[in-house]
Amino acid sequence: MQILVCIKQVPGTSKIDVDPVTGVLKRDGVDSKMNPYDLFAIETALRLKEQKGGTIKVISMGPPQAKEVIKEAFMMGVDEGVLVSDRKFAGADVLATSYAISQGVRQLGNLDLILCGKQTTDGDTAQVGPEMAEYLGIPHIANVLRIIEVKESSILVEMDMANTIEMAEIKFPCLLTVEKDIFQPRLPSYKKKLSTKDREIKTITFNDLEDKNEKRYGLSGSPTQVERIFPPSVNTDRETWTGTGAELSSQIADKLKQLKFI
Amino acid sequence: MSKLICHQEKLNESIIQALVEVCPFNALEAKNGTLEITAACKMCKICVKKGPLGVMEFVEEVATTVDKSLWKGIGVYVDHVEGEIHPVTFELIGKAKELAAVVNFPVYCVFIGNDIKDKAQELLHYGVDEVFVYDYEELNHFRIEPYTAAFEDFIQKMKPSSLLVGATTIGRSLAPRVAARFQTGLTADCTTLEMKENTDLVQIRPAFGGNIMAQIICPNTRPQMATVRYKVMDAPEKQCEPKGKITLCELDPAKLVSAIKVLKVTRKEIEANISDAEVIIAVGRALKSEKDMAMIQELAQLLGAQIAGTRPLVEAGWINAKQQIGLSGRTVKPKLIITLGISGAVQFAAGMNSSEQIFAINKDPHASIFNIAHYGIIGDIYEVVPQLIEDIKSSKPLACAR
Repeated sequence: MQILVCIKQVPGTSKIDVDPVTGVLKRDGVDSKMNPYDLFAIETALRLKEQKGGTIKVISMGPPQAKEVIKEAFMMGVDEGVLVSDRKFAGADVLATSYAISQGVRQLGNLDLILCGKQTTDGDTAQVGPEMAEYLGIPHIANVLRIIEVKESSILVEMDMANTIEMAEIKFPCLLTVEKDIFQPRLPSYKKKLSTKDREIKTITFNDLEDKNEKRYGLSGSPTQVERIFPPSVNTDRETWTGTGAELSSQIADKLKQLKFI
Repeated sequence: MSKLICHQEKLNESIIQALVEVCPFNALEAKNGTLEITAACKMCKICVKKGPLGVMEFVEEVATTVDKSLWKGIGVYVDHVEGEIHPVTFELIGKAKELAAVVNFPVYCVFIGNDIKDKAQELLHYGVDEVFVYDYEELNHFRIEPYTAAFEDFIQKMKPSSLLVGATTIGRSLAPRVAARFQTGLTADCTTLEMKENTDLVQIRPAFGGNIMAQIICPNTRPQMATVRYKVMDAPEKQCEPKGKITLCELDPAKLVSAIKVLKVTRKEIEANISDAEVIIAVGRALKSEKDMAMIQELAQLLGAQIAGTRPLVEAGWINAKQQIGLSGRTVKPKLIITLGISGAVQFAAGMNSSEQIFAINKDPHASIFNIAHYGIIGDIYEVVPQLIEDIKSSKPLACAR
């Protein structure tokens, strides 16, 4: 089985400060990690390989530093890794990102299954997986809770719908985004770290891609524009109460009565 | 193509240093007296605006724009499972009507499923101008290829300027697929939507884990697409008299083919869902031990409330993950929420700050929860809550009017 897992390097913390004077984002670029949801996708790939054999590749897009998360994937047991990286991809929104990665995926030969985490912790959109599937012309199922069975040319999965769980069979090649907890991700192994430390990570740049229309990538290929950023709104219409426990509780009870909650 | 250019001739050591420092993404690297822009660049242009003057330049290409006058109307995707319309649909219709009023657009619904003609009638009670129904047996279950094809057909036919989709399991899967097909922008989980006179949709969503809000537009492509979570917008009042019309649409049978077979649908056990709760008691880290949950339960019972909480409580195992409010949990919009000993980190606040009445009890007068609470109560939950339970018990128990 040829499996590809899409992974991303994300900031290690979601704490972000905006300089109140300059409006500049103060972001610590050093502290970063693998998107935690991607660990579940990697684990799913590893389990499938244990069952069916084959090769697991990972693909990521980002600056050269993003190779760190590919190395981490090697430590978990992934076989090959590529990084899609070029200045021309700078400023990409979901659409341009999905397109660039899907173009990168086309360089990787035949694949049966592409796995993604349910979303990233920084962008939080859960959109790149489905958009890639569209660009690759393959079907997808999002929010996969469980893999039931892998057949010769299809896979049986359970997907999480709001009020129901649906069991579905999807033909290869296809893309799945997997839920957290589909499998417990294994820890990176030190032994694998040593044995893979010299393993090559191929970089795919703009010049390697089939479609060299610059307007499809980076800022130019991004239909969405950020007009402005601003701090979350603060509700100014508020009261503050102080006092003893008894005073406060009777004040609350009175207010709740007035608002017809009691 | 828009480009960031570094005028290398203007560089000297201190300018290089200044630029390396100004970039929040570490995308500017000094290399033998020159400056290199790496793939880490996010094109935020901070180096142009805040760096040494005239060294970094942003050269903008003239974007090809669509003829916006050809794209009219606001479309709402009717989210449903087996014909049961998800309430987020009505909320989106309400928002679509507001947006449409600004530019005098009609409001459309696109309803894709099987045996749904009668159910489409329901939508006409909410002020929709036209419902486009794709009713085929093959559309009985949500399967990505035929659903995308039907959605595509609707867009080709009506050329809607904006499309609103519920950020449900289905919506989050379908909307990106459609957006990629039309090579257009899609903004996930918008919390505010506004319409400009020129029909550009202003989309506001929390970014970077909710620490800042981003205002996003999609000025050069159509349709403009946004997903919105359940309970963020307000549903309009249901009208007794239906208005608008239902149009049955045909789809080429070749487009109904799918590589997916849905074999079984199992209904999840119905469990209390904090997203639907009218009253919520939310507990945070100030709770000292699991046995104190008894006091919380008693208060919740008196108020007919559901119990929710913050991530630390989930991690401690005192509440289950489905009771977690926040960006990594559920979004709630109850009529009343009382937070007990919750500091109000943005991740939590983002999941509940549109609640109608927010009461917050916290010892720390500087807790950020007080920035969003309508009634900020500075006090110890261990002093206030037991007393409050007594006060409520002793007051005449009226039936909850809400």
